[in-house]
Amino acid sequence: MKSTLKCRRIVGGCGIGKAIVTEQPINFLSMLDVSRGIIKDPRHHLFRSCLRDSILVFPGAVGSSVGSYSIYALKVNCVAPAAIICSGKTDLITASGCAISEIALVDMLEKSWPSVIRNGVELEVDANNRMVTLPKQTI
Amino acid sequence: MLSVISARVILVGKLLLRLLYYFYKLELTKEEEDMLNGEHGESFAVAYRILLAIGEATGASKLVPVKWAHISGVNYNTIGDSGVKFLEEFSKTGRVAIRTTINPMGYDKGRIENLSDRFLKKQSSIVNSYSMLGAIPSFTCVPYEIFDIPEKGSMVSFAESSAAVFSNSILGLSTNRESALSALASSITGKTPYSDLLIENFRQAKVAIRPDFTPSTELDYGLLGYFAGNAVKDPCVAFIPPEGRPDRIQAKALSAAIGTSGSCGMFTFGHGSGREIVSFGKEEAARVKDELSTGDDGDLIALGGPQLGLNELSLLSSLIEGKKLKKRCMIFCARAIHRQAKEIGLVNRIEKAGGEFMCDSCTCMTPLITRADFDSVITNSIKAAYYLDRSNSIGVALKDLRTIVRDYSENN
Repeated sequence: MKSTLKCRRIVGGCGIGKAIVTEQPINFLSMLDVSRGIIKDPRHHLFRSCLRDSILVFPGAVGSSVGSYSIYALKVNCVAPAAIICSGKTDLITASGCAISEIALVDMLEKSWPSVIRNGVELEVDANNRMVTLPKQTI
Repeated sequence: MLSVISARVILVGKLLLRLLYYFYKLELTKEEEDMLNGEHGESFAVAYRILLAIGEATGASKLVPVKWAHISGVNYNTIGDSGVKFLEEFSKTGRVAIRTTINPMGYDKGRIENLSDRFLKKQSSIVNSYSMLGAIPSFTCVPYEIFDIPEKGSMVSFAESSAAVFSNSILGLSTNRESALSALASSITGKTPYSDLLIENFRQAKVAIRPDFTPSTELDYGLLGYFAGNAVKDPCVAFIPPEGRPDRIQAKALSAAIGTSGSCGMFTFGHGSGREIVSFGKEEAARVKDELSTGDDGDLIALGGPQLGLNELSLLSSLIEGKKLKKRCMIFCARAIHRQAKEIGLVNRIEKAGGEFMCDSCTCMTPLITRADFDSVITNSIKAAYYLDRSNSIGVALKDLRTIVRDYSENN
């Protein structure tokens, strides 16, 4: 099993944490409790998940353009993910929110990623070197 | 055999595109590099950091000038304390370089309802920051109903999702669905990355949605838009109209609903040939309505989301002439539209029937409609329904405007 995946760098930086993986996009303005970093929308698959110090792996943001401020609020409130991985092509809301929050952001992972990155696995995102690694061989 | 070859050609093409993305880099001019490095102050450095990130994300090769920036993130309820502080810092050295209009704030400046001092103080700080930046205090989510529209094909940077979709689809402008922060960056730099919906190729829909019935009300178009936003991930979607096309009011509803559910930034009308076809029947419409409409009735009628223009006010006025509304009815519109509507007698007619105007603000995350005062709200707006339910935790009864007037008014 491969333990290093290539990716594209959008916002530089590094982050280590447990993966929170979803195939559902996120409307950061309406679905997030930004003071606690928790997904508050009961219709979302990540309902009640806390993003704090995690590696959020998701397809991208949808809905309100103000969602970029919500990402920044997570950072200021110390409940932001350690890094974010967009499983498709990064959207403007996530890119601009991470840019001012200095949250490492990568996308376009190698195609094999779904077999490697599962919910709860420990990940290291090194955006500067365009790499996502699994430091502990969890699988 | 041919299909195998063409499949391989497509695969190789996709791989090449992927490789291109990996090694692509946004080229900045010397002046832009200097700004990024903070030689013209912190606000410009932040703005270029944002432009660089969205440029990298969209695979842009350069930044291009835009004629107009429309910024979201004005209502304190949407950006919170961290946003207030960010804008306070940003406005210290940033100044707008192009026409810049801003979204609604939290309340009507002319009538402060029961809002906390804290809310008023924070909201006033935001308004002050945008004023320092030199933005026009438009407080509207429908800037295209108030300001001159640049010539067709002009590039603009619009954050408000409903305005971005409407501008691309109906006004012939070109904008990506900018974020609040990227439109803010465009306002002081006058630039945006040259990518996606600014490029003709991306303005061609690959997926076409075919309604199996003729949408007849603004609510039908809203349901269609919400469905389309969920179903289509591309920058542009096509609709195959059964007959006729939506009028301006319906097109506004369609744009706002697409903006609410998805990331798609434009729609066109056209044929289905060569496109993937998705059906939208009465069953799909009912499913969307079930998701967003949590009840059959409410304590308050809220109209807006986006704000009403003269077209809608004129329609509303003709529908309720000689009638009296049986429920409290808040009508959200821009101050500039209210002024025009007043001059031509619409405001008077609507107020006579019991309508209350709320200028400068809108339904989306408004502090004027809270759970403490209202259990549920009646509206014809998909966007209002979505945010009232998810953000304000208020029940919603979705009905089209004619039905609302029919059900909730009596002859005077």
